[in-house]
Amino acid sequence: MIKVNEANIKIWSALGTRATFGMSILEIVEKYENLLILTADVSTSAGLDRFKKKYPNKLIDVGIAEQNMIGVATGLSNEGFKVITTTFSPFQTLRCLEQIKVNLGYMKTNISMVGLASGLVLGNLGFTHCSIEDVGVLRSIPNLNIVCPADSLETIKAVESMLQSDKSTYLRLTGGSNNKIINKTDYDFKIGKAVQLKDGKDVILISNGVILKECLEAAKYLDSFGISTKVVNSHTIKPLDIDMVMDAKNFKLIVTVEEHNIIGGLGSAVAEVLSKEKTKPQHIFIGINDYYEKGGSYQYLLEKYGLKSEKIVERVKKNYE
Amino acid sequence: MKLNSLEVSKKIKRIILDTAFKAGHKSAHIGGALSLSDILSVLYANNFIKFDCNNPGWKNRDRLILSKGHACLAYYALLHIMGFINEKDLDMFENDGADLLGHPIKNLEKGIEYSTGSLGIGVSISVGVALAAKLKLQDHKVYTFLGDGELNEGSVWEAFMCAAKYSLNNLTFIIDKNNHQQTGTTEFIMRNENLKEKLLNFNLNAQEVDGHNHNDIENALKNQNENPKVIIANTIKGRGFSFAENNNIWHHSVLTEKIYKDALIEIDNDKSK
Repeated sequence: MIKVNEANIKIWSALGTRATFGMSILEIVEKYENLLILTADVSTSAGLDRFKKKYPNKLIDVGIAEQNMIGVATGLSNEGFKVITTTFSPFQTLRCLEQIKVNLGYMKTNISMVGLASGLVLGNLGFTHCSIEDVGVLRSIPNLNIVCPADSLETIKAVESMLQSDKSTYLRLTGGSNNKIINKTDYDFKIGKAVQLKDGKDVILISNGVILKECLEAAKYLDSFGISTKVVNSHTIKPLDIDMVMDAKNFKLIVTVEEHNIIGGLGSAVAEVLSKEKTKPQHIFIGINDYYEKGGSYQYLLEKYGLKSEKIVERVKKNYE
Repeated sequence: MKLNSLEVSKKIKRIILDTAFKAGHKSAHIGGALSLSDILSVLYANNFIKFDCNNPGWKNRDRLILSKGHACLAYYALLHIMGFINEKDLDMFENDGADLLGHPIKNLEKGIEYSTGSLGIGVSISVGVALAAKLKLQDHKVYTFLGDGELNEGSVWEAFMCAAKYSLNNLTFIIDKNNHQQTGTTEFIMRNENLKEKLLNFNLNAQEVDGHNHNDIENALKNQNENPKVIIANTIKGRGFSFAENNNIWHHSVLTEKIYKDALIEIDNDKSK
């Protein structure tokens, strides 16, 4: 049983979402007799080394072959196993995209896919290893949940929820190690239900993943400038929390902030809902403006793409005034 | 009770013709269904397949996975003979809202294990199914049918490596090697020479047979070692009908009334043995 307390939250946050995922599997494996973890030669990167040592028969390493991994996972799932697949986000999503469409979407096979190091965190390795397209592409496939946790505690909660879900889930893990703690205490997590992190009445920032840290900082600044700013963690991009979007209509400005291309991601999902409304406030998209930047560190790329708190403040002020 | 596999094969071919003819201008994949007919007949008639059409989800059933989904007419014909698919289903083939389309759609009630047709996908799935049986200590078998054109897909070779890694000798891949793919011969589109040697080097129990010789097919199906099995069945695309044999137009085409009637006469002259 995973104990949620202040000390553990601190430890998990230091580990980062990937290692926390591996740790959580080690904790919950006893609960699911039929659980199997599939990996494409990345068990270490997924924080699964201890799991591999303790439960060698529950870890299936298919080698660097993601298309086959989804196929094997499909066969195992249809034969009664609970299956989690893990590899780095670009390979977990785009390399095996058609297998995801046919097996998870069309045939509704229930598999949990964990996309490691999504977004920009592997920027030093270049854009082969960044993942700014995953949400947009997967969102167009029916029968999938898409969840992007804000921090390590939420990663644990999302892992537990996806294993209970009657649908396949893509779990998009962002950030490195030593992430900011967004959720300081235990809370109710439900796939499809957004979480308010800070109240406000003028502007609403809707975001997810570890860059919520930037949103919370930006909101603090904006408050100090007299722009009361609400921050919402829309950890689930699909199914999107419609009530949350309807609430956003009551603000003077809606801002979506995403570590993803602005085409097809969280902003698009929110806009698709808003487009049905006759009257709505202005909505601006903050994210990757559909181009590949030169590579570099995580912080460098967040800065370049305007995802740091100062740039968010700038964009909001410009559009608010 | 062992049935006469040659008779079953004729029946499958007859159903393929009837169903394709009824589909009319919607056209159907005929060539690659006919080349597979003898193999399916031997599997069924010689009691290699455990199944219960009154309990389609029976956990000890053998799993039949048609990875070369375009050969669905042969698969549907077999499932009809096995008692899963009724005549009404066949009559509705490729009609609006039908259960049976030009590629199989997962429907366990009808005996269809998976939606296939995007080539290669069924091969990996069958590895997962066979691995599950090993992990659960179940003794049912998995039979997966793929085409030689399908071998162009890289994921097929990923699946072969994986099957060998986990020693899945409960899994039999049957390659319908008719030497043709959609727009030409495999020789011209993508060669697959020394196929048996390649597969042996992948640590697979590779065997090569005449895919229209029922004794050869039966012997290959019986032959077992610790490795996953691959039967390379040398076949003729469009087998059984002079208009279609090795004529790649019949990969996917419309059966006219004249050709249909001529073809019915040819069924009894089939050279399979």
